Order: sequence, then C-alpha cells, then structure tokens
Amino acid sequence: MSVSHQPRETERTDFVAVLAKACLVTFLISLGVVVLYPLFWMALNGFKTNAEIFGNPFALPSGFSLANYVSAWNQGIRNYIATSVIVTLGSAVCTVLVSAWTAYGLTRSKLPGKPFFVGIVLGGLMLSPTVAVIPLVRMMQDLGLYNTYWALIILYTAFRIPFTTFLIRAYMLGLPRDLDEAAIMDGASEGQIFWKVTLPLCKPILVSCVILHVLFAWNEYLFAMIFTSGADLQTLPVGLTSIMAKHGTNYAVVFAAMTLSALPIVMTFFAAQRFFIRGLAEGIGK
Amino acid sequence: MITAVKHDYKGEAVKIGFTGSRRPERARLGPITGVLSFRWIVIAFVLILWFVYYPIIDNFVVSTKNQDIFTGETAYVGLDNYRRLQSDPVVGTAILNNTLYAVISVVFQVFGAFVLAALIEGLSEERWRRFWRAVYFVPSAISITVTGLLFYFIYQPDIGLLDSALTQIGLADWSRAWLGEEQTAIYAIIAMSQWQGFGYSTLLFAIAIQKIPRELYDAAIMDGAGTWRRLWNITFPLTREMTGLMVIVTITGAFQVFNEVMVMTGGGPNNSSQVLGTWLYQQGFIENDFGYGAAIASVIFVITLITGFAQLWYTKTRRVDL
Repeated sequence: MSVSHQPRETERTDFVAVLAKACLVTFLISLGVVVLYPLFWMALNGFKTNAEIFGNPFALPSGFSLANYVSAWNQGIRNYIATSVIVTLGSAVCTVLVSAWTAYGLTRSKLPGKPFFVGIVLGGLMLSPTVAVIPLVRMMQDLGLYNTYWALIILYTAFRIPFTTFLIRAYMLGLPRDLDEAAIMDGASEGQIFWKVTLPLCKPILVSCVILHVLFAWNEYLFAMIFTSGADLQTLPVGLTSIMAKHGTNYAVVFAAMTLSALPIVMTFFAAQRFFIRGLAEGIGK
Repeated sequence: MITAVKHDYKGEAVKIGFTGSRRPERARLGPITGVLSFRWIVIAFVLILWFVYYPIIDNFVVSTKNQDIFTGETAYVGLDNYRRLQSDPVVGTAILNNTLYAVISVVFQVFGAFVLAALIEGLSEERWRRFWRAVYFVPSAISITVTGLLFYFIYQPDIGLLDSALTQIGLADWSRAWLGEEQTAIYAIIAMSQWQGFGYSTLLFAIAIQKIPRELYDAAIMDGAGTWRRLWNITFPLTREMTGLMVIVTITGAFQVFNEVMVMTGGGPNNSSQVLGTWLYQQGFIENDFGYGAAIASVIFVITLITGFAQLWYTKTRRVDL
C-alpha cells in the first residue's frame, strides 16, 4: 500500500517544483524585459527619423543609419565626453592617491592622536554636497576656479576622500604586519614601506576604489551643473540636458546622444564586472 | 626640517634602496617621527576641512543673512529665513515628497530587492545567477541624467512607451501625461528611481546571501523546510544586518534626491514634485536668494546628520560582514 503510494507523492511534488520553477523563470524574464526594453528603445530611437518616433513607439526603425549618432557626436557629445574623461580620471587619480596616503598615515605611521583624525574623516562621510553647494559657489569664484576643470576635480576629490580613505583604511587594518616589520628590520623608511610594501598589497581595494569613483564622477550632476557654464567645460550629464534644451524637438538626436553617453559606462561594467561587484560590496559594508 | 628629512629619504632611496641599515638615524629621529607622520594626512585634511567642513559651517552663516540682489549688500536677519521655512507650503510638499521617496524606496529597493536576490541565489546554476544579477544591475551603471531623460520620454503621451503599452492592453483610460499632472508627477519620478536602483541593492543582497554557509540550507532541507520557510528562517535573519544598513542608506539617499527630479520635472507642475534639493536650487540659484537656499540646506543637513549617526551606530553595534 505505502509502496504504491510513494511514487505518486513524489510525482506531485515534482509537478509543484516544476510549476514553481516555471513561474520563477517567467517572472525573472518579465522583469528582465522591463529593465532592458527601455534601454533598447532608447538605442533604437537613435536610429529612427523624427516622424518614425512619433509613429508606433514599438516599431523598429526603417533602417540603421548612423546619421543621428554622428550628428549627436558632432553637436557636443565629443566635447562632453572629453571633459568627463578629464574630470573623472583626474579626480580618480587624486582621490585614490591622497586617500591611500591618508589611510596609511591613519593605520601604519607614528601619527599621534589617530582616533581624532579618523573621527574627522568619518564625519566627512555624513556631509552631503547639497548642503555645501551655496557657500562653495562664492568660494570657487574667489579662488578663480569657477568654470574650470579644477573646480570639479578638487571638489570630487575632497568630497570622496572620506569614503575612499575609509575603504582603504579598513583594508589596511586587515593586512598582516609581518612584511612591514621585516622591512623595518631591513632599515626601510615609512615612505619606502608605503610605496614598496603596503601599496602593492592594497591593489585589490585600490581597483575597487577607482571603479567606485569613476561611477560617481562620470554620473555626478549637481556640482557639474553649478560649477561649469561654458559648453566646452560641461560634463556629459550636464551636456545632455543642454542638448535636450537646444534640440528638444529633434528627439532622434537626443536619443542618440543619451545612448552615446550611457555606452562607455555600460561597456566598462561588462568588461570589469568582477571588480565592479567587489567594489560595490566594499562600498556598502563599511 | 621636514624638507631636509624628505631629501635625505629620497637620497637614501636612490643610494641604498631597501637593504641599507638605517637604524641609528631612525633612533635619532625618534621623537619627531610622530610629527613628521602628519605628512601622510596633511593633503587630505586641508582638502576635507577647506572644501567639505568649512562650507557647511559657512552655510549656517549664509542662512542668517539676506543679500540684496541689486545693491549686493548683505544684511544680518537672524533666524528670519528659518521662520520663512515654516510658512512656506512648498517646503511641506518637499519634505512629504522626500518621505514618500524614502518609504517607497525602502519597500522596493530593500525588501523587494531582498526577495529577488534570494530567488536568484536559489537558482541551481551559477551561470544564470550571474546573468540575472548583471542584467538587473545595468540601469544602476547608467547616469541618472540619462535614465531620467529616458523616462521623461517614456512618460510622454505622444511618443512615450507607457501610454502606448496601456492602450495596447486595453487600459487606454489609464493613460495620461504622467509628469504633467500634479497627482502623478512625483510617483512617476519615484517609479523611475526604483527601476534604476533595485538592481544595485539586489546585487548587494546577493553578495550577503552568498556568505551564508550552505550547510544551514542542507540541514533545513533534510528537516523538510520548504522554500519560504528557508527564506524566512535562514536567509532573512542571517542578512538582517545588511537589511538594516540598506534601510538607512536608502533613507539618506532619499533626502538628497536632486538629479532625477531636476531632469524630469524641475519640481513642477505647480511645485507638486519639488523635493528639498530642487527647492534649494530653485531658491538659491534661480531666485538668487542665497540666504533662504542656505536655510533649506540646513534642513537637509539636519536630516542627513541624523541618518548618518544612525548608520554609524548601526555599523558599530552590529557587525556587517561583507
């Protein structure tokens, strides 16, 4: 009796499991469509003519002419990308280098009163750019930095030092001290230990920090909007809104411009996914 | 003194590199190496104190003054700008909108993302787990300006996807100018923000879930616990620290919202979608009323300070392992 009953029971649980799995996969795919379709729509609209955009929004473009993309590129995207690259890379190098120095000073050096300085860095994490923006305008004007690359490089660096220092410091605290001690025994100075021992060991966290900073600086909007006004100094996010204001009726070019500005960071994500994910995980945990 | 030592260190680095014995000299420098150690932190502290701390103190000073935009003269007005905050109906709208933002984001980007991450991590093949995590993350890598503009178009009645889709599935009555109506504008913006951000928190939860030892699940399966039992009795309690942290981070972010509102509605129609950040911009930079803008900034400062301390306290009292 029980022997004949057993297979039917398993059959039923198998059926439930298969049904559950089918529901789950359907749900994941639907959600995937909701996430990706708007992005495809954006890229496809870049190939359409304005008349086609006002037609059925689900229709495919009649041809894949790059005219709109070329026009968006020439009408400013090229300059905006150049500015974004300068500001992003400039501030990434400054932020990570200065933060690594600071983290070293706060973990390995003979600095007196370390907890006090750590507290100041930590406090900086709580201060948001929005709150500082009004006084910073006058400060940047007084310093003659208003509407220069330096305004953004300095501000991105200053506002990201607390966060980046914190990540690198946490990593340095977890590093073994044996190598330092061996280097000290060999008569190495603090400077030599930093450049030749500690910094190479920190490579994984440094890569994560660079990626997190690039993601931040490439997409930042508030400071970029307020501290630059000339078209040749606007970063991508701000430039996009000016393209929108200038060519607001030529939707196809705007869509092409949006796609062009999304492309570099999406490609970076897929190329360096592993580092991205680790960077983000480090970023939230500490 | 410092330059001399620096020079010495450089010279030595070139001369004898790593192996030379320098112990006698180090001993001589002993008492001052502590002071010399400031060289490691001095650049960072100049930058932080000058460009992060000082402006925030200055912001309070600015908020007690009003500048005449014609004469350029400033006059001390005490707490007048803060009194104005209380009677400004848009400030009320903005705080309400920021709060809505926080609540909806906690529901979707914390609890929704948690369930989604658990579902993804429950898949049997690592290939597919990695695939879904990556797919859902894509919008988070794109700037809010781009996604905001994209949804600005999606919500348009004439060319947008949303109203066309509603018409095709027979819900033509529901279609409207989502960003053009006071009742829907802020919700449309918040919806875009959920679309953009949920993949990010799903990814973080997935990482937290991966840290849970497999044996716990194996034991639960042996005991006959089903999927939901395992989710609530193992996954949820063991990622609770992460969940708490995500709640605080999400709320902090919700009170600093600026970019998407600016790009999608600019706070309109009729100020119905203003948040504190955009109202600050409107008052400070469009109306050129720096004093009042600074007073709004102080409100943001107080709120983010509270959530910031909550986060500090939380990460100190619970161990959030990653």
